[in-house]
Amino acid sequence: MLKKFNSLTKCFTFLIGATFMLTGCITTGEAVLDSKNNKSQVELRSIQSRAFDTADREKTLRSVIATLQDLSFVIDKADMDLGSISGTKLDGYSLRMTVSVLPRGEQRLIVRANASYNQTPVLEPKPYQDFFIALEKAMFLTAQAVD
Amino acid sequence: MTPKLFLVCALAALSFSFSGCANNTIPPAALQLQKDTLADRQLQTRRFETEDEKALLIAGSGVLQDLGFNLDESETQLGVLVGSKKRDATDAGQMAGAIAMAVLFGSDMAVDKDQLIRASLVTKQSKNGGYLLRITFQRVVWNNKGVISKIQAIKDNDIYVQFFDKLSKAVFLDAQEI
Repeated sequence: MLKKFNSLTKCFTFLIGATFMLTGCITTGEAVLDSKNNKSQVELRSIQSRAFDTADREKTLRSVIATLQDLSFVIDKADMDLGSISGTKLDGYSLRMTVSVLPRGEQRLIVRANASYNQTPVLEPKPYQDFFIALEKAMFLTAQAVD
Repeated sequence: MTPKLFLVCALAALSFSFSGCANNTIPPAALQLQKDTLADRQLQTRRFETEDEKALLIAGSGVLQDLGFNLDESETQLGVLVGSKKRDATDAGQMAGAIAMAVLFGSDMAVDKDQLIRASLVTKQSKNGGYLLRITFQRVVWNNKGVISKIQAIKDNDIYVQFFDKLSKAVFLDAQEI
């Protein structure tokens, strides 16, 4: 009787442990949709986007490339038609970033960046602020919050 | 099982759950310009007295081919070429160390085996006339157990000097149509 109780307790412990492990990890759906982060779509766009007072899309894209290179990224992909640049930084870790440049009205461009650090999406505002500070210097223009 | 042991087991399971799905946080300086940013830029960039960006990109792609890179991506409108190659990463010193460890302690030390080297070549109009060309290299190294052992930017001065020597020759050869 006591033996049975002991094995039941062990089994229960194992199940508890397994449940903890499962709750620590994420499901395929959560990984695909990044739904485990508590940022709303609007909040995320606001963190990742800035407006620049220029209509020169090519110059902006070239400035993005130069900024990524200054930050030790190697460019993975560039597309003038889509207005997107992707790059990867390797420094004991892998930091992947995609930056897109989209027109907003006649005289403004929106630059949006999203980054993944190893297997984790970067959701904190600070790294994006740092990126836009570096981009401002390359563009000689001020990055403005998107309204 | 005593309640104490049960608690230990539960805590162990909890710590496993954290180690299994570690919360990765980006290093604070990852997207900040550093003190060596300018030095890196100078090491990786040369100015060419030409107004033909496309010809410079063609010369650059020729040198990447000379170095055994395969082209992965190109966008001539933005002056971007991306290439990569897989190469042996065996290091004689590391191998000697592994053999010594095996002989002395019978241990099976992992040694570097394969590497993927990536390069991006970017041209840009210079304010001082002509075009700037910047090349950057990085690599991922796997050991003989199939585990990534190094993941790094390549900042060896000599590599960049040699690359630009070859590029200068290529620009000259292309200009002379040799």
